[in-house]
Amino acid sequence: MISVRDIHKSYGQLEVIKGVSFDVTPGEVVCVIGPSGSGKSTILRCLNGLETYQKGEVRIDGQLIDPSARSIIALRQRVSMVFQRFNLFPHRTALENVMEGPVYVKGMERKAARDLAAMYLEKVGLGDKMQNFPDNLSGGQQQRVAIARALAMEPEAILFDEPTSALDPELVGDVLGVMRQVAEEGMTMVVVTHEMGFAREVADRVLFLEGGTIVEEGTAQEVLRNPKELRTQDFLHRVLHPLD
Amino acid sequence: MLSAFERASEYLPVLLQGVWLTIAVTLLSLLISTVLGLIWAVMGRSNFLPFRVFSRTFITVIRGLPIIVQLFYIYFVLPEIGINLTAFQAGVFGMGIAYSAYQAENFRAGFEAIDRGQIEAAHSIGMKDSLILRRVILPQAFRISLPPYGNTMIMMLKDSSLVSTITVAELTRQGQLIAASTFDNMTVFSLVAVIYLLMALPLTYLTHRLERRYKKT
Repeated sequence: MISVRDIHKSYGQLEVIKGVSFDVTPGEVVCVIGPSGSGKSTILRCLNGLETYQKGEVRIDGQLIDPSARSIIALRQRVSMVFQRFNLFPHRTALENVMEGPVYVKGMERKAARDLAAMYLEKVGLGDKMQNFPDNLSGGQQQRVAIARALAMEPEAILFDEPTSALDPELVGDVLGVMRQVAEEGMTMVVVTHEMGFAREVADRVLFLEGGTIVEEGTAQEVLRNPKELRTQDFLHRVLHPLD
Repeated sequence: MLSAFERASEYLPVLLQGVWLTIAVTLLSLLISTVLGLIWAVMGRSNFLPFRVFSRTFITVIRGLPIIVQLFYIYFVLPEIGINLTAFQAGVFGMGIAYSAYQAENFRAGFEAIDRGQIEAAHSIGMKDSLILRRVILPQAFRISLPPYGNTMIMMLKDSSLVSTITVAELTRQGQLIAASTFDNMTVFSLVAVIYLLMALPLTYLTHRLERRYKKT
């Protein structure tokens, strides 16, 4: 459903994405791993038009993602995103954060939207925190609200941009648990992550990115357990055994 | 010879007529400056370059001119090109335009305090720019801008005395007129000062309360 063809992106002289292509089929969970600065997040942001690109194309079910076109508004409703820093609206409660999209973007009735939002907040385990403002939630809880906000748009795919990187270690588990549940229910997901355990367990496919290109891709088993490329081996070794 | 108290009670009704004009000038120019300031601030963050240039230039020029000169310009120069305003109209528009530049800077600070990530999150659930402005940016910018807005309100109340220079018979002007005919400067201007203070104090109190309230959240 998502097709990425030969994407190139530069910031001035610096080329950060050097021709990346991949596909994501419906229901698939694709994890993107790689060192920082490898272009992982940039690619992800190209998928829903938060980032422009100079060459190549991204298509969602054949429709071109063009950040400058009006069609981008409709496409973003089909591909939601969860951010590293949660990015909740601080002046609204958890419930209102989740209702915002259904009410103001989709034009749903407030009552229906409230029920929908409550349902998704229950689902991410925050049924008792609906009236809390983001300030009164832990990082893990905020991120789960953000996941509920993405789910409430009932998208066809969700993009996760390092969803656990800003969390205290003891809060990571809850968020990954919710993500696994969402994956098991058949959501199409593209996840930029440093959580190798999650990638190993949940990903159908893993892409290893370095220096703006895909160095290796395959099933989680192939890439994470038996990487062929030296650079992948080296990266995994540094992540899994940082003190060696 | 009348006592100071008796003289004061004689001047007071005349001064109070001026108070109503002072309040009218302050409120109307506050309204104009708020609406215009918001427009300049929104234009200042537009993707359309001419809007940004216009907003920046306008704010810079207006902030670089004394308000009294702007008032003279509107009241004395505009009639020469066929735009005739009453003194009251000129005063209200002059103050409103002059202060719109400060209001714009105030609102701009409010806009800039909002984390870019929130705007991206809003985009990612399919919100349009106009909707993001209304639902995400303005409600938060409003809270951030509120305490400085209160200060601006107080300054506008006091600076409304500037319109006395273009013959608007507000509080200061009435004071001048009475003082000129009675030579009782001490009583008249003390009264004028006390009246301004009495009007400013509730605003100061309100501003303090707002500051405290929004510091907490």
